[in-house]
Amino acid sequence: MLYQTWPWYVSGPLIALIMALLILMGKRFGMSSNLETFCSIGGAGKFSDYFKVDIKSKRWNLLVVLGSVIGGFLGAHWLSPNPAVDISPKTVTKLQELGFDSAGKAYLPTELFSLESLSDPKIWIILLIAGFLVGFGTRYAGGCTSGHAISGLSNLQRPSLIAVIGFFIGGLIMVHLLFPLIFAS
Amino acid sequence: MKNLAYILIGTFLGIVLYKSEAASWFRIYEMFQFDSFHMYGIIGSALAVGVILVLWIKKSKVKSFSGEPISIPDKEKSFTRYIVGGTLFGLGWALAGACPGPMYVLAGAGFWPILIVIVGALFGAFIYGVLSDKLPH
Repeated sequence: MLYQTWPWYVSGPLIALIMALLILMGKRFGMSSNLETFCSIGGAGKFSDYFKVDIKSKRWNLLVVLGSVIGGFLGAHWLSPNPAVDISPKTVTKLQELGFDSAGKAYLPTELFSLESLSDPKIWIILLIAGFLVGFGTRYAGGCTSGHAISGLSNLQRPSLIAVIGFFIGGLIMVHLLFPLIFAS
Repeated sequence: MKNLAYILIGTFLGIVLYKSEAASWFRIYEMFQFDSFHMYGIIGSALAVGVILVLWIKKSKVKSFSGEPISIPDKEKSFTRYIVGGTLFGLGWALAGACPGPMYVLAGAGFWPILIVIVGALFGAFIYGVLSDKLPH
C-alpha cells in the first residue's frame, strides 16, 4: 500500500493537515514565496527594494523546502519500487501522438526530464520558459497551488478563486492550444 | 527543535507530493485533459478538510503551539494581478508539469533537468520583483 500510488482521499487530507500544522505553528502554507527569498539571498536587493526583506524571518520556509527535497529523495528511492505513473489510457494515447513515448512508463517524461533530453537545446529553452512563467506568474498572482488553491480557498478567499481560475485558463491554453505547436513532431 | 519540526513537515510534504503523483508531469497533463479524477480528488479533498480546519482554527480562537494568537490575513483585494498572474502561472505549470512545491521534491528525487526549471522560476520571480511597481495590480 505504502509503495503504491497514494490515493487522492489519503493525499488530499494529508496536505490539508500539513497546512493546518503550519498555521498552528504561526506560519502559512505557501511554497512560492521561497523563490523571492532565494533572490534576496542571492543579492537581488541591489536591483530592487522589493527584495530588501528580513531573510531570517523567512528561514522557516526554507527549512520546509529542505525537507521537501529530502521527502522527494525518500519517496523516489525508498518508497517507489515502480515509478511508472498509471495515467488514463486516453491520456497515454494523446501523449503518444505528441511524441511522448514514455507516457505510462515513467514518473516524468524522459523526453523532457532525462539527461539525454538535454542534448537538444530546444528542451533547455522549454524548461527555462516553463520555469520563468511559473516564477513570474506565481509572484504576480501572490501565490501558487499551495498559497492560493489550498490555503486561500480553504480560507474562502475570493482573490484565490480568481487566481485558481487563472491557473486553469493558462493550463488549458497550454495543453490544448500550445502543446500541439510545441511538441508536434 | 522548531527547526527540526519545519524540516520534518517539509519531508512529509515531499513524500506526500511524490507518492500522490501530484509531482508528476503526467498527472498535471491528465488533469488539464480532464481524463482522470485523481488530481481533482487531491485538491478537492484537501480543500474539504482544509475549510473545516481553518474554520475550526478561527472559531475556536486556538493559540499557536508557542502560545500566540493566530491571525490568518485576508488576501489583498484585486482582480488584475490574480487573473493575469494566475494565467501566466498556469501556462508554466502545465508546461513544466510542476509548481513551486513539487519542483524541490523532484530535485530531491534526482530528476536533474528540473534544476533548469528552478533557475527559470528564480529568474521569473526576480524579474517580477524588478518590474512589480510598474505592473498593473
